[in-house]
Amino acid sequence: MKWSDAHLTDVLVIGAGLAGERVAIEAATQGHQVTILSLVPPRRSHSTAAQGGMQASLGNVAMGYGDNPDIHFADTVKGSDWGCDQEVARLFCNLAPVAVRQMAQWGVPWSRVVPGKRLLPEGVEVEELQEKAGLIAQRQFGGTAKWRTCFAADGTGHVLQYAMDSVVVKLGVTVHDRMEAIALIHDGEHCYGAVALSLRDGSLRPYLAKAVVIATGGYGRIYGVSTNAVINEGTGMSICLDTGVVPLGNMEAVQFHPTGIVPAGILVTEGCRGDGGYLLDKNLHRFMPDYEPVKKEVASRDVVSRWMLHHMSKGLGVDSPYGPHLWLDIRHLGKEHICVNLREVHAICANFLGIDCVEELIPVRPTQHYSMGGIRTDVNGAAYGLQGLFAAGEAACWDLHGFNRLGGNSLAETIVAGMVVGEQVARYAGERSLEFPFALVADAMAAQEDRVSKLRSRSGGSEDVYRLRKGMEDALLNNVGIFRTGEALEKAVSILQELYQRSANIRLRSSGLGPNPELYAALRLPGTLKLALCIAQGALQRTESRGSHYREDYPHRDDENWLKRTLAYWPPGADMPRLEYEPVKITELPPGDRGYGGMPIKGD
Amino acid sequence: MSRFLNFSIFRYNPATPEIPPRMQDFQLDETPNMSLFIALNRLREEQDPSLMFDFVCRAAVCGSCAMLINGRPGLACKTLTQDLPDKITLMPLPVFKLVGDLSVDTGVWFRGLNENLEAWIHTDKPFDPQGLEDRMDNPTAHAIYDAERCIECGSCIAACATANMRADFIGAAGLNRVARFLIDPRDERQPYQVFEVVGTDEGVFGCIGLMACDDICPMEIPLQQQLALVRRKMALASLKGK
Repeated sequence: MKWSDAHLTDVLVIGAGLAGERVAIEAATQGHQVTILSLVPPRRSHSTAAQGGMQASLGNVAMGYGDNPDIHFADTVKGSDWGCDQEVARLFCNLAPVAVRQMAQWGVPWSRVVPGKRLLPEGVEVEELQEKAGLIAQRQFGGTAKWRTCFAADGTGHVLQYAMDSVVVKLGVTVHDRMEAIALIHDGEHCYGAVALSLRDGSLRPYLAKAVVIATGGYGRIYGVSTNAVINEGTGMSICLDTGVVPLGNMEAVQFHPTGIVPAGILVTEGCRGDGGYLLDKNLHRFMPDYEPVKKEVASRDVVSRWMLHHMSKGLGVDSPYGPHLWLDIRHLGKEHICVNLREVHAICANFLGIDCVEELIPVRPTQHYSMGGIRTDVNGAAYGLQGLFAAGEAACWDLHGFNRLGGNSLAETIVAGMVVGEQVARYAGERSLEFPFALVADAMAAQEDRVSKLRSRSGGSEDVYRLRKGMEDALLNNVGIFRTGEALEKAVSILQELYQRSANIRLRSSGLGPNPELYAALRLPGTLKLALCIAQGALQRTESRGSHYREDYPHRDDENWLKRTLAYWPPGADMPRLEYEPVKITELPPGDRGYGGMPIKGD
Repeated sequence: MSRFLNFSIFRYNPATPEIPPRMQDFQLDETPNMSLFIALNRLREEQDPSLMFDFVCRAAVCGSCAMLINGRPGLACKTLTQDLPDKITLMPLPVFKLVGDLSVDTGVWFRGLNENLEAWIHTDKPFDPQGLEDRMDNPTAHAIYDAERCIECGSCIAACATANMRADFIGAAGLNRVARFLIDPRDERQPYQVFEVVGTDEGVFGCIGLMACDDICPMEIPLQQQLALVRRKMALASLKGK
């Protein structure tokens, strides 16, 4: 490496989805030089796939009148099953309306309130008032007391990302796409930058910055079936874990979305149910009111997913070559509503199921969707363990979501966290001078060059990267799903430990030269296996049920022993994570009843 | 009856220029509902792990996987093999810089386009964090959304005769982006200001009217209408001036 190959910047943002770009905008607006690294061009980030919307308590629609940040806060805390950080949740709920309105100013074509009376699918008549005409419209999402989810048809993530990126382009922020950060440069106290791998040609390059921000999203793809984009392998989380000093919080908190289509696993938005869609079983019976008489299909995602699996375990699922599923029925919403407010769902059904969802039922099943856990940060987004390292969005455990995220709170989190963390990053970078720790950079580069050249020399063992990855995907899918038991979790841990050992002996079948996907997969796999072990081990040790973490052998929430957050560290050279725990901050709302999902639910 | 599919795939790795660009044949057994996403991943994992291609969302919303499928630009993720003959030829999109095999660099191209068009809301209005949002009627919001659905996959650029001949032509994706801002009341640019940027042969008057863009847009954006809208507005602007 030539020293002049190093890229110097004030702020290095890793990840160009909504959270990363919002941080970048804040820092750039305050006069810092910002460089964004991204696996893909920003407008291809997984944020663009978010459909349904973004929660903010505007109170613009009839079913949302009287809404305010207090109600949003209570919904969020209940949704999290009291696992969230209430200081963060309060900050978030207060700022979400500002975030939505700023995105309007930046060009998001939010759907708007049309005054007049209309009949909701269940027969209730509501009237949208003239005085609210043209304000941002809101729809219902699960686990909320008010209709609060702002939307642009069902392409909300797409239009948010395009508006956000338009500001990045306007500000001239540097973006290096097809670059993957594969190691952080640090001395155990400070983070100085990252070593990045070019996905264009397989070369390595160091990036040095006063502040480094991880905004790489979730790890959904380490599960065999996920709604996530194929780039979501948790790489940002694993390079933090690799430092040995930065912990990941609540990795056992994994969200399964009720409506992934079968078999492709592609998401259809919660807006389908929020707008009045039903879940039906093989007898075309609408079963959710049997289990949740009040919230019905719009209880929180963890609860609806559990009831769906429970219902299928009674033999009431629809048989298919891809295993049992249930039906999502939106036909009664009518063609006009579907082709306007749910048009991307309509397209997905046509493209990937070959059906017209105006006329036909949609086959669905709960599918891995979101990681509540991630890089543990304080309320300012500063990562535990290393100064100068920050995280935001799904990659972070800021901890807005605790053990279950509400639909519509992730898009909102990416932008609000981007604002808050961006402000802190800008302040931090303003107080520091750029350092070039030559020895650290040389060592970090040499370590990664060594990994790459060993793989390219094909001198190691005989393990196939794709086979090992398949083993990891299956271990998580089969043993660390919606219903969990001590026995299955122990099995997962032991399989994953073995795979982790074997991942040191990967041998490439191809040359590994140039933009080589096998090399990239081989470099990633040990890190993703570490994440898988944090998830499985965290779930095994947590002997209670809370939100999405449901233990059949411990079916109740246990606030006495488990009102705490898991912190997973990976000591250098270890073969397992070390788990520690910290208390959950309760500032306003003491633990109580969620109002849904109250009784123990059985799996199969 | 399951078929055996015969793939003919363009191969070139810039890291090994001594091996010239070539077509390589692969065979694969077809499974029900097989998409090119599934097929290409199986080819990579089972037959040739060096095979380069791009997928991100695999749900036809991110625009990463456009390629020439039997000569026609389209999104590989939503193309089902059952809709293709048993001989399938895959080539990278033309116009864009090749990364390797089926992978092309659309990201840098579109960033340049958006910089040239200054494709962001131009307004002098300061943001008031305490204020309500400006009102907009819902049909206007929907009209903007219609244009904003473009996923910058590059299919319309690859299919465009002008873009293939003239490197600086902004193409249907660019013209659609212009239309999106022209109809947005929040953007304070006047038509004559837009005319100065796109009232040229590189812009709106470069189109020779073959309209392949409109035929192949995977998002089914009415590009012909959008082009007509921009041309009308630009023709008017050139007559009216400031």
